[in-house]
Amino acid sequence: MTSRLFQFRGGVKPDSHKTESSETPIVHVPTPSRLVVPLIQGSQGGARTIVTLGDKVLKGQCIGEAEGATGTAIHAPTSGTVTEIGRYPMAHPSGLASQAIVITPDGEERRIIHEPFDFPDTSRDELIFRIQASGIVGMGGAVFPSHIKAESEIKTLVINGAECEPWITCDDRLMRDRAADIITGASILGRLTGAQQILVGIEDNKPEAIASMMEAVRSVAPIAHEYENKITVVPVPTRYPTGGEKQLIRVLTGLEIPAGTHAAKSGVQCFNVATAHAVCRALLYGEAMTSRIVTVTGNVERPGNYEVPLGMLIADLLAFCGIRPGSNRVIMGGPMMGFVLPSLEAPITKGSNCLIATSPEFFPPPPPEQPCIRCGACAQACPSQLQPYELYWSSRAKNLDGAKRYHLFSCIECGCCAYVCPAHIPLIDYFRFAKSEIRARDEEQNAADRARERFEFRSFRLEREKAEKAARLAAKAAETRAKAAEATATTHAASGNEAENGKP
Amino acid sequence: MLAALLVMTGIALVLGTALGYAAIYFKVEGNPLAAQIDALLPQTQCAQCGFPGCKPYAEAIASNGAEINLCTPGGDDCAHKLADLLGREFKPRGAPVEKLKTVALIDEQSCIGCTLCIQACPVDAIVGSAKQMHTVISRYCTGCELCLPPCPVNCITLEEEPRTPQNWRWKYPITGLKVVT
Repeated sequence: MTSRLFQFRGGVKPDSHKTESSETPIVHVPTPSRLVVPLIQGSQGGARTIVTLGDKVLKGQCIGEAEGATGTAIHAPTSGTVTEIGRYPMAHPSGLASQAIVITPDGEERRIIHEPFDFPDTSRDELIFRIQASGIVGMGGAVFPSHIKAESEIKTLVINGAECEPWITCDDRLMRDRAADIITGASILGRLTGAQQILVGIEDNKPEAIASMMEAVRSVAPIAHEYENKITVVPVPTRYPTGGEKQLIRVLTGLEIPAGTHAAKSGVQCFNVATAHAVCRALLYGEAMTSRIVTVTGNVERPGNYEVPLGMLIADLLAFCGIRPGSNRVIMGGPMMGFVLPSLEAPITKGSNCLIATSPEFFPPPPPEQPCIRCGACAQACPSQLQPYELYWSSRAKNLDGAKRYHLFSCIECGCCAYVCPAHIPLIDYFRFAKSEIRARDEEQNAADRARERFEFRSFRLEREKAEKAARLAAKAAETRAKAAEATATTHAASGNEAENGKP
Repeated sequence: MLAALLVMTGIALVLGTALGYAAIYFKVEGNPLAAQIDALLPQTQCAQCGFPGCKPYAEAIASNGAEINLCTPGGDDCAHKLADLLGREFKPRGAPVEKLKTVALIDEQSCIGCTLCIQACPVDAIVGSAKQMHTVISRYCTGCELCLPPCPVNCITLEEEPRTPQNWRWKYPITGLKVVT
């Protein structure tokens, strides 16, 4: 099947730097001496601990139950003992600590016994519950819970293998080495969402991955047999950020997802290839998500892709890959959208796709920021068709309403504008600042509204209680009066009777 | 002549009736100005202005012309907004003490279950009953400190709201100073 491809507006073509890490097969990292598994893996809901200190756990055993509708479960990445439940720094730009379960491995790697799972005879609800209980989240980096996305009903399922960000190759390597599982996972997700066709978008700078996926589509019969001949691998032109959800959907289907709505509303849903792989492992083999593939590249001795148990400390992983002296910072995620890790003591989580050790030679410090000359290059590069210069002026002046009027929340923080800016303005930093300020302001307003409502209800309640008390007292007084009157009447009557009867 | 008079009288009657009905059917409950003022107040319900809460203060400003600079948590910022809304002269309050949002925390070991703090809380954010342990619903707590004085065993403290990735904010990008030689 050949289909017409579409284009999204804007985008840039940075140096890809893929071959540094993509040419060696995935390496299994030996389990380190300590694993720190955070209860919250992304910005969405987390998990509730169900183990206590000293518990012996097996690999794949659930140690945290999904909390709330957006929560996902977490599992022990290896067998061992729970030695601590405490606060550890997170792989997050804030470097804040969060609650985590520390497991000291026993080195035996004993697995829990996986329950046999009969895919064709299982109901949709059960499958979706299973996705949540296996702790599956979007592995492209956003860590959105997959069971929520799988619940939507759509026409076209897009599997995202574009991996447009420079340096990162974990999806590329996964597609080369484990294509069959990805295709199986995609067909499972297709059945869950009721999609009529499945499109796998891969950037054309990954010919080996495209060949491997096409071969898998030809040779592997999808477990959901209705997708026989309905899975298409589509090479897409290399252009950053093709891997953005809205951009890839635009390229493959021509659909423009309206601002502020989810793709599912337009009948499309997008999953990362690694997520499809994890769904296959969880539903067909019963393996919960306990490891992920991480690209380690940049200033290291052995750049490549590593299968890392979740909870391994970043410092341990970098030591295993041989971080070279002279590295000044470590970036998590790619150079365009990633962030500098505030602490290397943070653990690898489900969304950690790439670590780049930087040194002044690899990543020279950016030239100093200069005033905006209003050239408009950023607006031409913006894939969301925004006007970054307007957003910049508003954010810089802390004019939050102005930034909102220019659709700040449609910004996907891809970094194209900052990449092309001739004045080297860190535009994304301004947008992130403005976004978090707006969120905080909205939250404050909500809290104020809640407080107002509660204060008013309390005033009403106090008034009502006062009125009720007054009514009660009045009723009681009336009762007492009535009783007194009755008593007097009885006495009177009695004395009257006595008087009538007369004295003997 | 007569026709003109009749027409004018007719119009006056019709319009008068319409206005009369409008005054009855579209009557605004409460004072709309007070609601506008209330929306600008921080809703801490701390009563530091001398009124029992934000809404009573808003009503006092709207009807009795109370001062607009009495709100401590709102500070100068709030006074400025009120001055803009009401067209009154701005009066400084002194900048609000720059402090993080705090919530009350009851030391449940020391709580004797006297219910005094429950009665003092302006937003009903404390639960518990007589001789039972009390606790604060931190989501609803405004940090007004009104529960501190009534507590006979001083078991309530104000804690800074913990920073989480959800409420953490990105810093304003700092522009480096250029060295001019």
